[in-house]
Amino acid sequence: MKKLAAMLMLATALVAPGVAVARDVTIEAQMVRYSGHAAYLAVYLTDPSGAYRSTLWVSGHKTKYYGTLRGWVRGVSQAGSISLDGISGASVGGGQTLTVHADLADALIDAGYTIHVDTAVENGGEFADDAVIEVTSNSASVDGSGYIDKLSISM
Amino acid sequence: MRRFHGFAGLAGLALATFMAVTGFVLSLQPLLDAVTTAPVGDAPSVAELAGLVAEQVPGVERLARSASGQLVAYAFDGTARSADIVDPTTGGVIGTYAPSAFFTFFTELHRSLFLDWAGHGAAGIASLGILALSLSGIGLLVRKMGGWRQLLARVRGTGPQRLHTSLARAAVIALLLTAATGTYMSAAYFELVASSDSAFSFPPAGEGAVPAPIASLEGLASLPLSELRELVFPAADDASDVFSVTTATGQGYIDQATGAFLSFTPNSIWQQVYEFIYLLHTGQGAPLLAALLGLGALAVPTLAATGAAIWWLRRRAMPRIAHNQPPREADTVILVGSESGSTWGFAADLHKALSAAGHRVHIAAMNELRPAYPRASRLFVLAATYGDGAAPASARQFLGRLKALASRPAFAVLGFGDRSFPQFCAYASQVEAALAAHGLRPLLPICGIDRQSSADFAAWGRSVSEAIGAELTLTHIPPRPRTTSFVLDERTLYGVEVQAPVALLRFAVPKRRSGLPAWLGGHDHRQFEAGDLVGILPPGTDIPRYYSIASSSREGLMEICVRKQAGGLCSEFLHGLAPGDAIEAFIRPNPDFRPERSRRPLILIGAGAGIAPLAGFVRSNRRRPIHLFFGARDPGSDFLYRDEFQEALAEGRLTSLTTAFSRVLGGGYVQDRLLDEAGALRDLVRSGAQIMVCGGRDMANGVREAIDACLMPLGLSVQDLKREGLYLEDAY
Repeated sequence: MKKLAAMLMLATALVAPGVAVARDVTIEAQMVRYSGHAAYLAVYLTDPSGAYRSTLWVSGHKTKYYGTLRGWVRGVSQAGSISLDGISGASVGGGQTLTVHADLADALIDAGYTIHVDTAVENGGEFADDAVIEVTSNSASVDGSGYIDKLSISM
Repeated sequence: MRRFHGFAGLAGLALATFMAVTGFVLSLQPLLDAVTTAPVGDAPSVAELAGLVAEQVPGVERLARSASGQLVAYAFDGTARSADIVDPTTGGVIGTYAPSAFFTFFTELHRSLFLDWAGHGAAGIASLGILALSLSGIGLLVRKMGGWRQLLARVRGTGPQRLHTSLARAAVIALLLTAATGTYMSAAYFELVASSDSAFSFPPAGEGAVPAPIASLEGLASLPLSELRELVFPAADDASDVFSVTTATGQGYIDQATGAFLSFTPNSIWQQVYEFIYLLHTGQGAPLLAALLGLGALAVPTLAATGAAIWWLRRRAMPRIAHNQPPREADTVILVGSESGSTWGFAADLHKALSAAGHRVHIAAMNELRPAYPRASRLFVLAATYGDGAAPASARQFLGRLKALASRPAFAVLGFGDRSFPQFCAYASQVEAALAAHGLRPLLPICGIDRQSSADFAAWGRSVSEAIGAELTLTHIPPRPRTTSFVLDERTLYGVEVQAPVALLRFAVPKRRSGLPAWLGGHDHRQFEAGDLVGILPPGTDIPRYYSIASSSREGLMEICVRKQAGGLCSEFLHGLAPGDAIEAFIRPNPDFRPERSRRPLILIGAGAGIAPLAGFVRSNRRRPIHLFFGARDPGSDFLYRDEFQEALAEGRLTSLTTAFSRVLGGGYVQDRLLDEAGALRDLVRSGAQIMVCGGRDMANGVREAIDACLMPLGLSVQDLKREGLYLEDAY
């Protein structure tokens, strides 16, 4: 199994300026084994009301496929524009694991915020909210409903 | 070009075959789709349909329409996801959608061999390879057939050559299309051509007002279903979300309250180009095109196998030359212009004989002509002719290089060809003229070898001996197949009374099988058709004499007619045979002298022993009207096959028999009868008749003149018919 690790540097209000009030959160998306093209993924955060707050990671370089990550696209378009500089990487093949590190402010933890992952594969399926997990201080994991086998969070 | 065609062909053989086979499998998908997709009746507009689907498929998220017209609704009802095929008229669910694992697997295998970018690269190289092979193949074919106009003329050559050419000619359009489009798609994958990607922009937010009924949305209502590619429904709980619609011409967003287009981005020109090329390559939604492409792909494995066989046979025909002298040291130079490699055998024999006579001999291909041969006093050029008088493969650059030749040895040109072609030894004549024009002195006048005749070659050897004052014996026999014993079964003698004895000999067909399979260029001595040749080796000689066979191997006997020639070694041997005696012989297929498969009339013209293959054609005829012209000396003495022809006339296998006897009162030659029947012949030719002539060379020439005279009022000539494969000659 190949590990895809990515360091995330979010220059948004979500990231606390001091180390003391932010936590390093590790999100791991374990993909199911499937044949076909590598999957596009969007990992993003929503607030307790379900509104989109921020993008943590996008896998896949061809922007023409971004439209297939429906939930994420809807969130982004309502929030306005987005820069993907530094928070995008290669698409993820079957059986691989995507690991995303994010510095999240303490205020977001155990406060009803959730992490959503949308997935889509060229000539394959499209899964908005393939897996959704709440941001908690305890490690947790949930099963995916599409290309994600298991989504877990730890800090 | 031939070298490139051969080399690239061998190198890419496996890859190209793989791509063709997987491509053929994929071509079945559009055909299958066409069969399984329900025909669209009176389809509602996209707006109506989307409304119907939304009612009947709870939680529908998007509606996708494939090239074949199949509609799939993807839904998520809060707990489970579903994908259902929906009826384009009612919007109701017809069944569950499950993409074919089989075609998904083959698509990926064909596109990338499951090797990601490296596989995409290999697929691209295979496409480029097939493209280059198709183009170089067309070039070769044009040259072989003697020009673009003759491209569709009858193919001559050995089994694999004919199969390769015929198949390639049928498949080349489909292959060019597949390969060119495949190459473009590969280039697009590697971003070597302008990007065909649609520019992505995040959808604009809608007004957020109360959503209107879907069926009433104007933007969707204006869209014909045939234009739809995909429709994404807004999220159920989000009033400001929008419809996202992809059509054949672009992509846009529609407000779910007002029904207006919030934006529409038309496809870029490159995207349109890519989509068109994608359609041409895959045939998706175009089953007829898919079938054409699939059939083309199916030809590739056979083309690869026959191509490899041709290459291997040509390679095998090259002899190894012992004691070849370097060009600077040689006093005698032999240059070889060979197409199939058979000329090399003769050249090697000349090299051996001259070396044995004490000469220092250098032998090379004509293309390897040096600017100077400082010690050479003699130059022999042995040249075949390719197609309509063109240079053979190993001589293409000769005339260009000749301009730089500084040495002036005396030269002799020996041409190889087939007298039944109009341009017999035409290239050799060009070479002779060019050498003379370059200031070289002829050692011997040009001489031609007909159909690899050993006798012609031996005769030329005697002229060379005289010219150089040394005893040379040239005895090259083109590499002959192993012989088999045929035992004489029956013998009938004709024509003794008119001083033209002809023996009709019937041999039993041996039981044993030998050699390569036919499609690889080998042949089975037990299998032959009427018109094929049997090469017979009289005892004590290595030079075969060829006779046309009158029977097919299915009859279980091999039948020939042999005219006794005064002093003819082989004919005297054959005339002396008694039933039970055996001969050593081999079969040489003569695929260029066979009636075409058709129901159109066949005109057979033969004289004397030349009637043999024609009698065979009549014997096996089931459905063609055959008109036979036969010339002999006296009906009471040398009327070969008289009873058989009477029977064939009675049974309808022969439509008319016209005879000409030269030794009877008021008699004449077969040419005279042709002129008498000129009107009837013209009618037959007009209805597409094929003419086949067999007999002595003088007779064949006379017949050609007579037919030309007959056809004059039609504005046609024998030459025109030959080009179409409608006039075949077997003259000796």
